[in-house]
Amino acid sequence: MAMPVSGVPTETPATQAPELGSARALGRIGRAVRLNRKATIGAVLLGIFILIALFPGVIAHDSPTQDAYAPQLGISTAHLLGTNHYGQDLFAQLVYGTRNVLIIAFVVGLATTGIAVLIGVAAAYLGGLADSSLNVVTDVLLVIPLFPLLIVIAAYAHGGTTLVLIAAITLTSWSYTARQLRSQALTLRNRDFLEAARVRGERPLYIILVELIPTMTSLLVAAFLTNALYAVLFASSLQFIGLGDPNTVSWGTTLYWAENNAALQTGEPLWAIAPGFLIATLGAAFALLNYAFDEIGNPALRPVRKVRKKKGNEERAG
Amino acid sequence: MRYALRRLGFFVVTLWIALTLNFMLPRLMPGNPALAMMSKFHGELSPKALNALEILFGVNTKESLLSQYFGYLHQILTGNFGTSLSQYPASVSSVIGSAIWWTLGLVGIATFLAFVLGTGLGIVSAWRRGSKLDSVVPPTFVIVSAIPYFWIAMVLVLIFGLTLHWFPSQGGYYVTTDTPGLNFTFFQDVLNHAFLPAVSLLIATIGTWILTMRNTMITTLAEDYVRMARAKGLPNRRIMLDYAARNAILPNLTGFAMSLGFVVSGAILIEYVFNYPGVGYMLLQAVSSEDYPLMQGLFLLITVAVLFAILVADVLTALLDPRTRTAR
Repeated sequence: MAMPVSGVPTETPATQAPELGSARALGRIGRAVRLNRKATIGAVLLGIFILIALFPGVIAHDSPTQDAYAPQLGISTAHLLGTNHYGQDLFAQLVYGTRNVLIIAFVVGLATTGIAVLIGVAAAYLGGLADSSLNVVTDVLLVIPLFPLLIVIAAYAHGGTTLVLIAAITLTSWSYTARQLRSQALTLRNRDFLEAARVRGERPLYIILVELIPTMTSLLVAAFLTNALYAVLFASSLQFIGLGDPNTVSWGTTLYWAENNAALQTGEPLWAIAPGFLIATLGAAFALLNYAFDEIGNPALRPVRKVRKKKGNEERAG
Repeated sequence: MRYALRRLGFFVVTLWIALTLNFMLPRLMPGNPALAMMSKFHGELSPKALNALEILFGVNTKESLLSQYFGYLHQILTGNFGTSLSQYPASVSSVIGSAIWWTLGLVGIATFLAFVLGTGLGIVSAWRRGSKLDSVVPPTFVIVSAIPYFWIAMVLVLIFGLTLHWFPSQGGYYVTTDTPGLNFTFFQDVLNHAFLPAVSLLIATIGTWILTMRNTMITTLAEDYVRMARAKGLPNRRIMLDYAARNAILPNLTGFAMSLGFVVSGAILIEYVFNYPGVGYMLLQAVSSEDYPLMQGLFLLITVAVLFAILVADVLTALLDPRTRTAR
């Protein structure tokens, strides 16, 4: 439920020089991640979470769902975070829950960015009536309060399985990115390299896919990160208030059961605090990466001293 | 003027789309969920209330979708949101009316404080580029902005409510010992209860103001008129506030409008953690008791409130910044 951190979509024309190709842009991003400390921290955190999500069984040896132990055990080497009210191992539950959160983050991040590209770029490229009508849809979705809307949708769907959550979040939260991409595409529309492609007689689809979109790589990466962050926050919040599937193994669901059993009030604070901490950490990983990309895209925002120190380095690189 | 009219037009269109969404959603869902709700309450409702609900949710009607739609619009526009099922026979509007002041007070004060403090910190942070403050504040709040609102609330409940017992952590006032009224004890009680929720909201939202303000301010500080002011030998304070901040604050004002939806959404979860008797908590109660008329009414209310705030902010921006009036 964090707000967009940088600026306002109407005023972010983010002027970046178009690059030659997406491969080169990705290489530049890779180098930038290594040079920027915030980006490095974010990337390392995200990497750790991905590893946990891929191989939960290696890290946690207990079942995440079985009520196998005595309830409310304290912290010990056998149960790193103790057990909850039902006798489930909390550590195992959180380790196994990572996968659900990451799946939602990545699927929603990719899908929203994809829809935003389609709609934003199409609006900018087609212009005219298509542009205005797509614009109205985007603007409306931008201002309708999303979380209450998601609550209403999930309530009518009688609680959301992971699939329902993904679909609902994706369909409602692409508008911010679409707005950004549209203004970026508008600034590029009349550039020479696109004109050249048109003169060569390329089809519009080719121009959009091969010429236009690669120039927006860094913007797309930033959009993916923002959308993934919102997906994590929205989905966990919905699961927390009981609008997810209570049988899913996920951080938000763990929070739901903790809140249901008044974990804070009955002396089991870890049950509620630990999953929230993980959500915050994963969110911070996305946010740090995103902030770093802001600095990379807009050199004026970089820390002053660092810019001076790296100056020689950058001249060589540029 | 033309700008204001266009924004007003957008307001109306968005409102209409929100209404249409509200109309379509229960009808689109597999096995109209309102149907189950209606049959559950069938014996208890008066025929008139039942009829109003049938129009709202499109149950048991043989009318075409289009005439259902106009019936629905007519009913909403005349202020009839139906009857609350969980608090029968109270009407939805009266139930909402009892909760709205709690939220308005809480969100209003917290948002105002976050805006003022955050913008101030952003100004100072940008002005002292590279100082200790500037190297600590922005990264801290980038991380804070990623923390779910409800988790901040939980941590505050745990520390200040349950461990230190400094502030009450549940409800809007002591329901058992205090009666609502215009007296000092009740007032103090309310403030006491509002403290932790308000601080949660403040912590959760202040980062955006700081970061947006700092980033715009940095761009503004590089402008020629700031250099000119320096060359004239004006005092630093004056350059910072009257020259740079005054021009840099505009995106923060527009951001204010854009972020209101997020603030309201976050307040829902904070109210939930604190059992705070506002509209957010009520919305979740309506969901869990399948009180769909109340849920729809609350969703509409929240949407209208956010849209209205955006309209005000838009007009305000236009008054302050001549460029927006001619843009596009």
